[in-house]
Amino acid sequence: DGLCNTDDIERSKTEGKELTKEEKQRLRKEKKQQKKNKEKNDEKTSHEGEKKKNKKKKEEQPAGSASQPPAQPSPKVPAPAPPPPAAAAVPVPASEAPAPADKPAKSKADLKAERRARQEAERASKGKKGDVGQPAPTGKLKAPPSELQPVVKRLPEHVQVDNPEVVKKLAKKLERQQIPLRSDYGYKVSLFSHLHQYSRKAPLTQQLGIPSTVIHPAIVRLGLQYSQGIVAGSNARSVALLHAFQQVIRDYTTPPNEELSRDLVNKLKPYISFLNQCRPLSASMGNAIKYIKKEISNIPSQCKEEEAKIKLLNCIERYINEKIVLAAKAIAKYSIEKISDGDVILVYGCSSLVNHILCEAFEKKRKFRVIVVDSRPRLEGREALRRLVQKGISCTYVLISAVSYILPEVSKVFLGAHALLANGYVMSRVGTSQIALVAKAFNVPVLVCCETYKFCERVQTDSFVSNELDDPDDLIVTRKGKTQLEHWQKVPSLGLLNLVYDVTPPDFVDLVITDLGMIPCTSVPVVLRVKNVDQ
Amino acid sequence: MRRRHNHPDVVPNHFHRQHTHTQTPSCPVSPLISSRFYTTTMPAPDKEIDLTERIEAFLSDLKRGGSGTGPLRGSAEMARETTALLRRIAAQARWSNAGDLMEIIRTEGRRMTAAQPSETTVGNMIRRVLKIIREEYARSRGSSEETDQQESLHKLLTSGGLSEENFRQHFAALKANVIEAINELLTELEGTTDNIKMQALEHIHSNEVIMTIGRSRTVEAFLKDAARKRKFHVIVAECAPFCQGHKMATSLSEAGIETTVITDAAIFAVMSRVNKVIIGTQTVLANGGLRAVNGTHTLALAAKHHSTPLIVCAPMFKLSPQVRSLCLPARGEILSKLITLFISNIGGHAPSYIYRLMSELYHPEDHEL
Repeated sequence: DGLCNTDDIERSKTEGKELTKEEKQRLRKEKKQQKKNKEKNDEKTSHEGEKKKNKKKKEEQPAGSASQPPAQPSPKVPAPAPPPPAAAAVPVPASEAPAPADKPAKSKADLKAERRARQEAERASKGKKGDVGQPAPTGKLKAPPSELQPVVKRLPEHVQVDNPEVVKKLAKKLERQQIPLRSDYGYKVSLFSHLHQYSRKAPLTQQLGIPSTVIHPAIVRLGLQYSQGIVAGSNARSVALLHAFQQVIRDYTTPPNEELSRDLVNKLKPYISFLNQCRPLSASMGNAIKYIKKEISNIPSQCKEEEAKIKLLNCIERYINEKIVLAAKAIAKYSIEKISDGDVILVYGCSSLVNHILCEAFEKKRKFRVIVVDSRPRLEGREALRRLVQKGISCTYVLISAVSYILPEVSKVFLGAHALLANGYVMSRVGTSQIALVAKAFNVPVLVCCETYKFCERVQTDSFVSNELDDPDDLIVTRKGKTQLEHWQKVPSLGLLNLVYDVTPPDFVDLVITDLGMIPCTSVPVVLRVKNVDQ
Repeated sequence: MRRRHNHPDVVPNHFHRQHTHTQTPSCPVSPLISSRFYTTTMPAPDKEIDLTERIEAFLSDLKRGGSGTGPLRGSAEMARETTALLRRIAAQARWSNAGDLMEIIRTEGRRMTAAQPSETTVGNMIRRVLKIIREEYARSRGSSEETDQQESLHKLLTSGGLSEENFRQHFAALKANVIEAINELLTELEGTTDNIKMQALEHIHSNEVIMTIGRSRTVEAFLKDAARKRKFHVIVAECAPFCQGHKMATSLSEAGIETTVITDAAIFAVMSRVNKVIIGTQTVLANGGLRAVNGTHTLALAAKHHSTPLIVCAPMFKLSPQVRSLCLPARGEILSKLITLFISNIGGHAPSYIYRLMSELYHPEDHEL
């Protein structure tokens, strides 16, 4: 019977059809069985006491999860998880604290009794809360979290590429979602071995079958646009994502015996994994996705499908309008107060918000000129230059190496941001921190323009721990007929580094202009807190 | 008489002996052959033509190079060529006393610096040779105070006569002495890179991350020498738009050094992981500042912010007295307070010591050619 089922599953996988709910559950059960068998073998060699406790926990779970909706492990720990371990943790530390100290002294019978007491306590607390079908952590988390705790956030996968276990876990998850895994390309500089590095010449979509019924075609198109750099820029990516999700919602039909609020969220999860594989999600996209998921889960179960869909589409429309379009207008209004006649304004790269501000100021008849600073290999400044010159603004164009040369004639620096971190650091295109540094050295004010939906709860102090590595082949260039780095892959000790983002410390930034007003860099966590309280 | 193709601002009219006293408004007449300075033995005319041809070829080379992509050759080669040419002038031109030779060299020097103002090495070598001539003259005269004249105020007051010296006395051995001294200068020039790279192991330890920018042959030799004994990592900023850093990176990686190429925009982002910044420069200014390739100022500021030492590898012939008339404005200058150490062929110095070195190399009256 088991053989027959696995054959069916294999067949449907190769045909690209979506696995039915039963087949998925069977797959999960088999995998859990395999894991259990593996751990049984492990137990024979390691301490029996603690492992047995874990085993008992797992045995409870398949029974519990069959009645629960299929919950797939997500990179972020879901909210209900911390309270159960906390409740279970309270009785346990009391008994655990003396245990390790006295372990050799206690007899086997005493240990057994303790264990049984612990398990009873856990079962009781689990029965009360209605456990989530979360797979028990593997041998890593043996000791329960301490009482002080718990914002135990798990580290996101995309900064643990050098950890083979995490990579394997991701591969398994993608296999389950039927999304191809994108492989890293080229020699990675050792400082960044914990990040992915992909090649633009090998987009993920090449490995998808046609027609791909797992992923909605609008999402496939979006993923391709992301990975090839056709849609670039924080706002553009978020808006494109929201429009694609609107299309998905329009085409969605609730399967029988399913609730829209739960099923739609689960439908979106493989899409998000796919987009993440095409290009790592930005902070703004992450916030937008959180908002959508929350809106979907808040749909009452008695709502009819058509109504629900219209409601969701309106929500998304409102989000785009409020958080992006109107925010831009508000920020432009504040910024125009800061632009005076005769100003020489320096901008870096192509920020849609900063371009909008400058065009608005020009329409309001302010007299200023702009210096556009650009950098290799993306050369986004050319796009900004095009847009500004079309409006009639007088512009100068320089490369970033000349910034200390022209800064003495600049009166203000306007920078865009990719995200604002909770410790006040500004994450933006690589080179922004450099411009802020040199501006500070010349005492030129630096103003960062950023909408509040890009505020992020992460904290980071340098550009290494979390970043994005772009295709290293972009650095290759031909000058005077010679391409020096053409065969860089053949030279073992040569590496090319193409960073996408960097973080600017708050002491380089004088003012942040948001749709809520003009705030100093250090007030970002206050805004985040206020936003969370509102929601 | 041969007709030669006239460059617009080059005056080859020293061929026409009857026109020796006419001067074109743009450029002074080359005094190589002037009726005033006839000596008893006239050098053969083809030697003079040869010398003038060489000078013209050198000038046109100078004008062609430095179009922004960097000079056609490195500074060391430029210095050597200039000194060789000056030696040839000293050997083949016609002069009877030190003052004449200095006048000739000064005039030729002015033409050379006018041809390519950004190539400061040429001017530096001219000043060195002028100082050599002064010293040899003083030695021939027997006065040893020449070298001390700037040092002591007392001497300045008591030996007032020296500044009125017009170097008109004729010494037979002066020519040979001058040529020998210029030969010594040439030997010194040939050994500068070796002298610098011998100091490499004193400054680089194992497992360091070193950052550099663009392409400097001095720094390349420096790092390759240290790599013989130590293992370290080099990060090269490519220095757009000409991306000389790429050539530097390929050259270093072929020597087995672990190299990474980054864009100019990423300099501050990776600086937190860098232990030392080692750069070359185009010119060292008398106040200890630098004039170097675009992007070096940003690199220096980033290093200062992270308190990373900034080491400049520059041979002594790059030291240049500050001349206000240079068309490069002071905005391109890197202040000496951002620099930690200069490594030159005569050892390591703090930036505050550079002005003293300059007084040993050049005479103050030669600062303005």
